[in-house]
Amino acid sequence: MSVKSSRRVFLKQSWLIGSGLAIGFSPVAANTLAGRTELEKFELTPFIIIGTDGIITLINKNPDMGQGSIQAIPTLIAEELEVDLEQVKIIQSNGDEKYGLQISGGSGGVVRAWEPLRKAGAAARQMLISAAAQTWNIPLENCKAEKGEVLNLLTKEKLNYGKLVTAASLLEVPQNPVLKERSEFRLIGKTTKRLDVPDRVLGKARYGIDIEIPGMVYACILHSPSLYSKIKNVDDYEARKIKGVLDIIKCERPMPHRKMEAVAVIASNFWVAMQGRKLLNVTWEDAPDQIESADYVRRMYAAAKEPGPVQAEKGNFDLAYTKSNTKIESIYESNFLAHASMEPENTVAHVKNDGTVEVWVPYQSPDWAKGEIAKYFEIPAEKVTVNITLLGGSFGRKSYSDFLLEACILSRKIQKPVKLVWSREDDLTQGPYRPAMLSRLQGMVAGKKVMGMHHHAIGETFVAQIYGGLKPGEPDAGLCGEISFDNSKYNFENTKISHTRVSTDIPIMWWRSVWGGNFAWGQECFVDELSHLLKVDPLQLRLDSLEDERYRHVLKLLAEKSNYYQPSPNGEARGIAMWKSFGSISAACVTVARKNSKIHIKKVVSVLDCGLFVNEDMVKAQMEGCIIMGLSAATKEEISFSNKKCDQTNFHQYKILRLNELPEIGTYIIANEIAPGGVGEPPLPPIAPALGNAIYNLSGKRIRKLPISLDDI
Amino acid sequence: MSGFQVQINNRPYKVEADPAMPLLWVIRDLVGLKGTKYGCGLGLCGACTVHLAGKPVRSCLITISSVKEKKITTIEGLGGETLHPVQEAWIELQVPQCGYCQSGQIMSAAALLAKNPQPGPEETRTAMSGNLCRCGTYDRIGKGIALASQKLMNSKKTNEH
Repeated sequence: MSVKSSRRVFLKQSWLIGSGLAIGFSPVAANTLAGRTELEKFELTPFIIIGTDGIITLINKNPDMGQGSIQAIPTLIAEELEVDLEQVKIIQSNGDEKYGLQISGGSGGVVRAWEPLRKAGAAARQMLISAAAQTWNIPLENCKAEKGEVLNLLTKEKLNYGKLVTAASLLEVPQNPVLKERSEFRLIGKTTKRLDVPDRVLGKARYGIDIEIPGMVYACILHSPSLYSKIKNVDDYEARKIKGVLDIIKCERPMPHRKMEAVAVIASNFWVAMQGRKLLNVTWEDAPDQIESADYVRRMYAAAKEPGPVQAEKGNFDLAYTKSNTKIESIYESNFLAHASMEPENTVAHVKNDGTVEVWVPYQSPDWAKGEIAKYFEIPAEKVTVNITLLGGSFGRKSYSDFLLEACILSRKIQKPVKLVWSREDDLTQGPYRPAMLSRLQGMVAGKKVMGMHHHAIGETFVAQIYGGLKPGEPDAGLCGEISFDNSKYNFENTKISHTRVSTDIPIMWWRSVWGGNFAWGQECFVDELSHLLKVDPLQLRLDSLEDERYRHVLKLLAEKSNYYQPSPNGEARGIAMWKSFGSISAACVTVARKNSKIHIKKVVSVLDCGLFVNEDMVKAQMEGCIIMGLSAATKEEISFSNKKCDQTNFHQYKILRLNELPEIGTYIIANEIAPGGVGEPPLPPIAPALGNAIYNLSGKRIRKLPISLDDI
Repeated sequence: MSGFQVQINNRPYKVEADPAMPLLWVIRDLVGLKGTKYGCGLGLCGACTVHLAGKPVRSCLITISSVKEKKITTIEGLGGETLHPVQEAWIELQVPQCGYCQSGQIMSAAALLAKNPQPGPEETRTAMSGNLCRCGTYDRIGKGIALASQKLMNSKKTNEH
């Protein structure tokens, strides 16, 4: 770690707070969303602002979309700074590069901030203690920091941080501050109440959709139903007659990889804008793009007949497979899904006359927002001001910048601040979506052992579609890493991972748990298939195939908490699955029962080993969320495109799990001292395969396609 | 465009609106109370739930012209000066994640408890099935209603003594 600690650099930062002090260390940046970390250089950056008035402000750099970063990230600083969250003000970072990588994604908020932000807190604490020791002219060890004050252990005098901050600001920033022992943690790892909750139950929390600024007008956009069609003609005669419709203009939807034509209705309020859109009569040209989902799925099955580009191999899988006479092959299909966060996409944008841009947006990454706008308008990043609001859910969607740029484009065109809101129909029919994918799986057994397994992933990838970063015939390394045997740790003798890209123009974007959601489904159902071939209990086969104690512990705790070894009553069965993603290991046990002709999901038990964590209750909340979203995706949700448009327009067609369908759920966290892994996504991937395995154990029917209809098994 | 007078949280508001404008947008964009949320516009998700003459309704489906003199309560007015027992329970059990759907969830839960202060699990499940939550807080919503019910019964007992 390198820290720029020269006093000059240090003082340069203090403009931020006038007479106060800004101290900070920049984070280790991981530059992918898939949880693979890559170290970046450190810079001195201000995460802690202390005023001489004693007001302490901590900067949360990871936008809060419901995962609790607004509490978890500042807690890391507060723990070491020796302040309580009740005493501080928390503000969201604004995308400035001095904060480093600021995205909420890849379940990596706490993972990336764990050491740098604790060090930032500890460095500031050390400086404040030194300042106090100088003031009292006593040795450092006679000073102790607690709750925003330094205590003189000899005289019991106390000095508030605000009184010490001027003196502290004259000191060098310690390069290697001493971090607290884990046994000394007051906040980290405990169950603490989130201070942001009261506003969320009083209707006071402000999301992007709630922002209003002076002079603002509203906009809604008519997008092409077939996504990429060009406009042939716009007839806006009727729409313009509506009182409150101010303007109707052609605009565009800039995707990361291509632009689409669209028409915007500008109005005095959002409802009027939507009324105007209903009366717009736009004719579109035929689009040549591949957006029939059934066609994409057909092409994936065709690709499954051919060998795929190989990413990794151990032993000689093909030879061993050919020679084996106890082998199976299966193909599993996962489907397109919408993120469908309850708050739809929206942005308030103001492109001002002086060429500067200011936005208020529920977006997953302030730094990306700043960069995207600067890039689009070809202006320096300093001319862009980003205000990130609370996000009313996101799950990956609000890191795709189309809606953000749309609002900026409209504001520039009409020279007014604009609030753009997407309707639910826009959200569901326009994408981007989790891609549908195939898993072609081959495996063989001998004696009591699995002798080999090949996971051939098939389908479109983000790297290929969005970034054009995949050469023809090349496997997607990131995707293959997620499904690798390094990740699953199954010690089979012969293994192979391959991936064939099959392209589609249906726009895709990571969806909570990214590839885990697609590929745990096939892989973990297939491990059960191999166990049946061996006539070995599926959980036992996994224990037999795993040497890593963390993985084994997860399975053992799952067995205990789900009463796995007690026989199920008649008409009931259990199924299990496990998956490692974003640095954490999770397993689930789903109990299903026959209810008349239908299958009823009775209970889900989830176990998570995420290493050290910040707030135990928030981890449990994320596990609950992953169980429910996982079940919803596995049993109800589906996006399809036919006749060149999306078939699902609102929640009557895009069905998500409702409270009356909720099973009993149990969540268990494994406590250990291992560095933190992710929390927001890892519990999701095991849910679908555990359900598929439970249904097989109940009915003998092996389901290989999502979503699972519970009505006709 | 017509003039309407509406009673929201015991306060009168005068608005100029198209008679067909849904109450949701009147509340949000004309009156400026942002706690009531848009989620689908078709009464499918419950995010816009408010009380109209004490009954839970989807404000995205109610036109301003049909409201007449009926009193409207939104999340901002639910507890009056204090917290409603449902809100207390929601904080105690840390129900919200993103919180966007929670105004609607809380309004539905409060309406359920107003009708029956001790709903059974099945009644709760049915009553709450119209409110979607994408973060997956359903388990805590169920527990929150049970806790709020307990609070209501306790305060009733205290009042009786």
